[in-house]
Amino acid sequence: MAVLEVEIWRGAGGDGAWRRYTVPHRANQTVLDVVTHVQRHIDPSLAYRFACRVGMCGSCAMTVNGRPRWTCRTHVSQAARKGRLRIGPLRNLPVIRDLAVDTAPFFEKWRDAGARFVPSATPPDAPVRPDEPERAAADAGIECINCAVCYAACDSVAWNPDYPGPAALNRLWTLVNDRRDGDRDGHLEAAGAGCHLCRSHQECADACPTGLNPTAAIAGLKREVFRRTLGGGARGRRR
Amino acid sequence: MKEAWLFAAQRISALVLAPLVLLHLGVILHAVRGGLSAEEILSRTGGSPFWGVVYGLFVLAAAVHAPIGLRAVLREWGRWRGAGLDIAMALFGLLLLVLGLRAVMAVL
Repeated sequence: MAVLEVEIWRGAGGDGAWRRYTVPHRANQTVLDVVTHVQRHIDPSLAYRFACRVGMCGSCAMTVNGRPRWTCRTHVSQAARKGRLRIGPLRNLPVIRDLAVDTAPFFEKWRDAGARFVPSATPPDAPVRPDEPERAAADAGIECINCAVCYAACDSVAWNPDYPGPAALNRLWTLVNDRRDGDRDGHLEAAGAGCHLCRSHQECADACPTGLNPTAAIAGLKREVFRRTLGGGARGRRR
Repeated sequence: MKEAWLFAAQRISALVLAPLVLLHLGVILHAVRGGLSAEEILSRTGGSPFWGVVYGLFVLAAAVHAPIGLRAVLREWGRWRGAGLDIAMALFGLLLLVLGLRAVMAVL
């Protein structure tokens, strides 16, 4: 039977080492299947996190051969190099143990960036048409599953503790474009504190498992914050 | 809000700098064709309001643009934050402005 040579990061906090496992290679096997095999058949003490197994919950993200990925939807055939896999915890987040990271900083920055819907009049003053440009811009970023893959991929997050990260800013951009949101100005004010720290490396867009483009969203924020700073006011928005 | 203003100032000064840098490079290529001498430079710039305005604007834009960029680099790579950095960068901008305008005055 074909086998995979798998290295998995084992350890707590900053301490740990790569440990080798040999796992049977099966057809259509995902990286999450590999991790699960290790835990169920080789070493039950392995800590990792997953829930839905179908790419919706965003909890199974890990670093696979150096790249942050959603492991439940990543086939071994996509990620393995010469039958080898190296699976570690996500970058830019504190490791609790083995493959489980503490995502609190990710969500705390999201909260602190003000990336939260603020209700306005119900129903909205005019129907929101799916094809209006702002709705289209919001829709482009709305399918985020909060998996923190972009946060782990981002160099700006790695070297700047003040940077909110791609996911939080992407969410802000969807709110700025959402006509039902009651605090566009407040969201732009909040964006002004963080969006300029993005260096447009596009690592987030490259890594996003659902194919979103947070870099484009952040560029949109920079543009609107610029307009607002120079007194251009809201673009085509009724308040 | 301060960051938004600095971003705007840097982008606008970049807008001013882009054509001026191209013009400056063009002038360099043109000026060195027959060998470079002080007389030759001064004969072009001396008493010329055009070159005075061009390089005056150049210096002004550079004095705005450079400190904002350097501030971002020092914040991210030097982990230097706070009022001290802002003051140092304002002084750096002022230094560029004074040195630059002095040079412009000297060749007019």
